[in-house]
Parts: sequence; C-alpha cells; structure tokens
Amino acid sequence: MGRNNPIRVLMGKPGLDGHDVGAKVVSMALRDAGMEVIYSGLHSTVDEIVQMAVQEGVDVIGLSILSNAHLPIAKKIISKLKEKGLSDVPVVMGGVIPKGDISLLKEYGIAEVCPFSTPLNKVVEAVSKVAQSKG
Amino acid sequence: MSEQKKNSKQYGFDWGMQVKPVYTPDDLKEISLEKDVGNPGDYPFTRGNFPLMYRSRAPLNRVYSGFLSGEDTNARLRYLFDRGMKTMSIALDLPTQLGLDSDDPRAEDEVGRIGVAIDTLQDMEDAFKGIDLGKVSTNITINALAPILLSMYVATAEKQGVARDQIAIVTQNDILKEFVVRGAWIFPPRPSLRYTVDVIEYCAREIPKASPVSVATGHLRSSGANAAQEIAWGFEIAFAYLQAALDRGMDVDQVASFITFTFHNKLNFFEEAAKYRAARKIWARILKERFGAKDPRSLMLKSFGGGGMEELTMQEPLNNIIRETLVALGAILGGVQGVGLCCYDEAYTIPTPEAQLISLRTFQILMEEAGMGDVADPLGGSYYIEQLTVELEKAALKLMDEIEKAGGIVKAIEEGAIQRLQARGAYERQKQIDSVEKIWVGANKYVSEGEEWDVKLHEYDPTIQVRKVEKLNKVKKERDNAKVEKCLNDLKQAAESGVNIMPSTLEAVKAYATIGEMTKILKSVFGEFKQPAVF
Repeated sequence: MGRNNPIRVLMGKPGLDGHDVGAKVVSMALRDAGMEVIYSGLHSTVDEIVQMAVQEGVDVIGLSILSNAHLPIAKKIISKLKEKGLSDVPVVMGGVIPKGDISLLKEYGIAEVCPFSTPLNKVVEAVSKVAQSKG
Repeated sequence: MSEQKKNSKQYGFDWGMQVKPVYTPDDLKEISLEKDVGNPGDYPFTRGNFPLMYRSRAPLNRVYSGFLSGEDTNARLRYLFDRGMKTMSIALDLPTQLGLDSDDPRAEDEVGRIGVAIDTLQDMEDAFKGIDLGKVSTNITINALAPILLSMYVATAEKQGVARDQIAIVTQNDILKEFVVRGAWIFPPRPSLRYTVDVIEYCAREIPKASPVSVATGHLRSSGANAAQEIAWGFEIAFAYLQAALDRGMDVDQVASFITFTFHNKLNFFEEAAKYRAARKIWARILKERFGAKDPRSLMLKSFGGGGMEELTMQEPLNNIIRETLVALGAILGGVQGVGLCCYDEAYTIPTPEAQLISLRTFQILMEEAGMGDVADPLGGSYYIEQLTVELEKAALKLMDEIEKAGGIVKAIEEGAIQRLQARGAYERQKQIDSVEKIWVGANKYVSEGEEWDVKLHEYDPTIQVRKVEKLNKVKKERDNAKVEKCLNDLKQAAESGVNIMPSTLEAVKAYATIGEMTKILKSVFGEFKQPAVF
C-alpha cells in the first residue's frame, strides 16, 4: 500500500564466492512477484555494491553469501551505507548462514536474514516488508 | 485383483521419464543384452570398466579438506589418514582460486576461510609435510589457475624425491563450467581453453599418472541441471577440451584417458546408478565412433561420484548422514572409480573433523562392512535399471544433439543459453520444495517447529590473515628476488608466444614466485573475463 512503483532491488554477490544459483533463483522469484531486480555480477566489492545502489536508486539491497564471510561483509556494508548517507536502504542477507549468526547480523544492522532453505515466498515477504518500512 | 492408487502423485524423473509401478521382462525386449549391456570390462562398459571391478581396483574416497594455513591443513589430513583415508582432496580458499595473495585487499575476510590459503610453494610444502606424494593420489579443486597449482604439486613431490611418473594428481581444470556455475574464472574463455590444453599436453608428456582435467559436471547438476543434462553438458564440455587438444596436433588416444569426470548424485540411487551406466556407454561409443579412439583406456569413462550440498538440510542436520549414504550407494552401485561425500554440517559451513570422519566412515562401512562393492554391477539385468539406463541414454543423446546443432557448447555458454536453462532448473526445483512437491524430511515436511538441534560447527580463525601475511613477507625476503624477476619475465614471454605455459610456470613456482605475482603477469597477457548480464 502507498507505493505505485515496483520495488527496486539490487542483488549483490559481495566477495570472491562465485556460487550464484541462489542469487539467480531469488532474483527470479522477486521478479515474478513484480519487483525490479538489478544484479551486481560476481566478485563485487562492498564499495562497488554500495556505489551501484546509489546509481540505481534501489529500495532494498539483497546480498547472497555462501563463503562464510557474512559477518565481516555485513559490518562493512552497513558502515559504508552510513558513510554515503544511505542508512535508510535496508539490507537483506541470504546464503549459507548459521542460525547462531542471525541475531548478530541484525545487531550489525541487517534488516532481514533468509538462510539457505528459506522458502521463496518468505524471501519475497521479507523484501516487501523491509521495502515498505523504508517507505 | 484390482488395486487403487492412493493419490495423484506423479512418479518419474525431471528429465522426462515417467516411472511405472512395476517393470517386467517385457521391458528388456528392446534391449540387446549382448550389445547394450555386455559384461563388466567389455565395450561399451555399461556394466563397469573392469571385469573384477572393486575386487581389483578399490574405489577412492575423497574427503574434501583444507582450511587456514598449510600447517592447519596438514594436521587435518594426518587426522584423516590415521583413520583410513587413502587419497587427498584439497580445498583451496577463494583468494588462491582467483590468484590473489593473502595481502591483497580483495582477499580480506576470505583468507583460509573455505579452503587452505596458498601464496607460494612454501604453503604447499607445509600442507603435504610428512605425506609421501609418491604413495597417495591427490585431487586439487583448481580451475582458472591449474598450471600454477599443478606446478606447486610437482615441485613439492620432486623435493620429496618422487619421480614424475609416480605423481598421481587430479587437477579439476574445468574452466568452461566455471562460466556457467561456481564463478571462479579469471581469464576470458578462449585463452582459458588454451591454458587448459597446456596442462593436458604437459601431463601427457611428463606425468602419466595425472588426470589433468576432471570435468566437474556435478556442479551443473547441483545448480539446476537434471541427470540427462549432467551427462550431456559434461560430455560436450569434455569434447571441447578434447577437440582443442586434437586441434593442437595431439592424438585422441594421448588425450582421452586423461579426462575424468566428477558427477553429483541426488538421493534416488536407482536413477544415479543408471546414470553412470548410461554415461559409460555413451562415452565409449562416441569416443570410438566419432573420435576414432582405439586404446581401450580412451573408451572407459573414469568417473567420481559425490554429493552437492544442495540436497542437505540445515534442519536436523544429522539426517544428512543418511542422505549422503544414499549418494554413496548410487555411486558405488553405478561403478564409479571414486566417491566424494558431503559432510552433515556443510549446509552451515566447512566441516569439523568429526563430520569428516563420519563421511569417511560412511564409505568404509558401505564397502567393508556391508560389502556393497563385492560384485560388479549388481543391479545389472534388473528390468527397471536396464530400462532406466536406456531411457537416460536417449535423453542425454537428444540434448547433446541439440547443443551440437545449435553451434556447440562453447557458443551456448558464451551466449548464456546453458546458464539460463540451469537457472530455470534451479528455480523450478526451489518452487517444488516450497510447494512440498519435492519432499525434504524435517525441512519442508514433518517439521519439528521450534526444536533446534545443537551441532558443533567449524569456527574460522580471523587471525589467519595476519599470520599468513607475515609468512608471505618472510618468503619474499628469503627468496632470490632477481631470480623471481627473471622467471616472471620468462612466464610472460611464454604466455605471449603461445608455447606451453607449464615449464616456465614450474620454474617461477620453484623460485617461490607468489600466485598473485604470476596471475598479474597472465592477466596482462590474457586479459580478464567480463561477465555478461546473465539474467
């Protein structure tokens, strides 16, 4: 409610990990749910992803991480967004993420976490919810 | 007697075969037991490569290992050797796979995280200290930089006094699939292909026990391909490597037996066993009829079978031990040369020693307690298995024909056609999981809400980067830097002139040039791959 334009999502693959099936599958699901999805491509740095988010004026950043580096990457992207004055752009994270790390990621400022095996409708719901909260 | 079907469930496989409630002698009518099935050890090898199968050649069990430094990895390898491991399978960290030294800013947070960090020969020497490289065979999952890692392995073995003809090394060296899935590419496809063939050519000349290419078509399966696509795409990729070697003037019988395969299984071991049977038959026939191979070793498909983590669940992770047992059964009953199982905790992170031990034990129990490998092709002659084998063969051949008619696999990958099919397959699978059409016990059916199973997980040591950089600096200080400079120049000239890259790579490696230094040189000649928009 309240928005006429489709939600714009930047799907990012930060770091050196090249396993991008999850990013592709989630992107397809978000598109089928009516969102616009832009893909960062592989081997992107956090700086490059934030720069793309600025250029593309996205509502949500999604990060797919299977390299186990989710904690340091989360810290970096939140501080980079702050630095660029984009703290209102919510970040949703997915991938191979142990349950025990989810509360820590949220403490760092990640809006939602959808670990491996989260149903697609729950991912779509999570992205919609955080986009709405952005307003 | 009339029986009612209990529900509307469809029985069959995602590559198109519907499965009947029962198979009978009628299903064998169209199949020639002599020509299509034959005996183990006889062309077309449907029933296996060797007459006595595992009684004469025990299958190998790869336990994928590697983390933090060479020393840390060495300790883990010894732990596994002490418990009966017979072969090594080395996991490299991402910076190593992509040619970045541990002090590269882009390597931050990733050093030693999902595999062992290798900067120079010194790290490989540390990883294999006290392990006789003349006695074990080793698989290294390296693609874009196979010549460098192969050189490090050869140099380490030589320092141990191992003769080149005793070095048994498998380098994955399957760069084409990296452009489809997994994404550990550096150079563009065409120079990458040349680089691949350099390794084949060098091994054919120098290291007869090597497998310089292991087409990891299982990565395609794990990322959305069905069993027919796994065979078809993997074979088309292998033929691209083979053809590139033939174009260089090599003979098919010099090349074919150097190409091996790594497949991934799902849990239905009937389907998977039939997959290996069908694949062997297709490979033998095409190598003989199309490529004119004469050496029986060229006609034998050498396959490893394993699991991809996509079948594992985070929920109730110990159930994954049962899943991997089924994966192993499909491979052993299918007559593979080796097995590589996932560990139960790999839906979370890289495995603990205990989880690796269970994976090793699973294989040992199946082979040595249960006797699953005692008889060659024990499923052969089953109405169902023979029918399944023939149907899968037909489905794979049809896909191969389509790819060849459309201009070949390299073109299909360059244009993103394979990537789209694979992503679509993965999307459909996920939708089936979400709708519980595909069942994941404990994850999407019979879920125990709110109950968490506490399992001990591997923990990363973030001090590794500092330790690793200190070591790198020490090596750089102690090596002969003028010699390194000269070796890097020679490497550049070899890359530019088009001669085989291996000899100059080996010299640079022996001079303790770093992976980052060598990769930088190669990038300056080969260029870097720019990923096209894939979806």
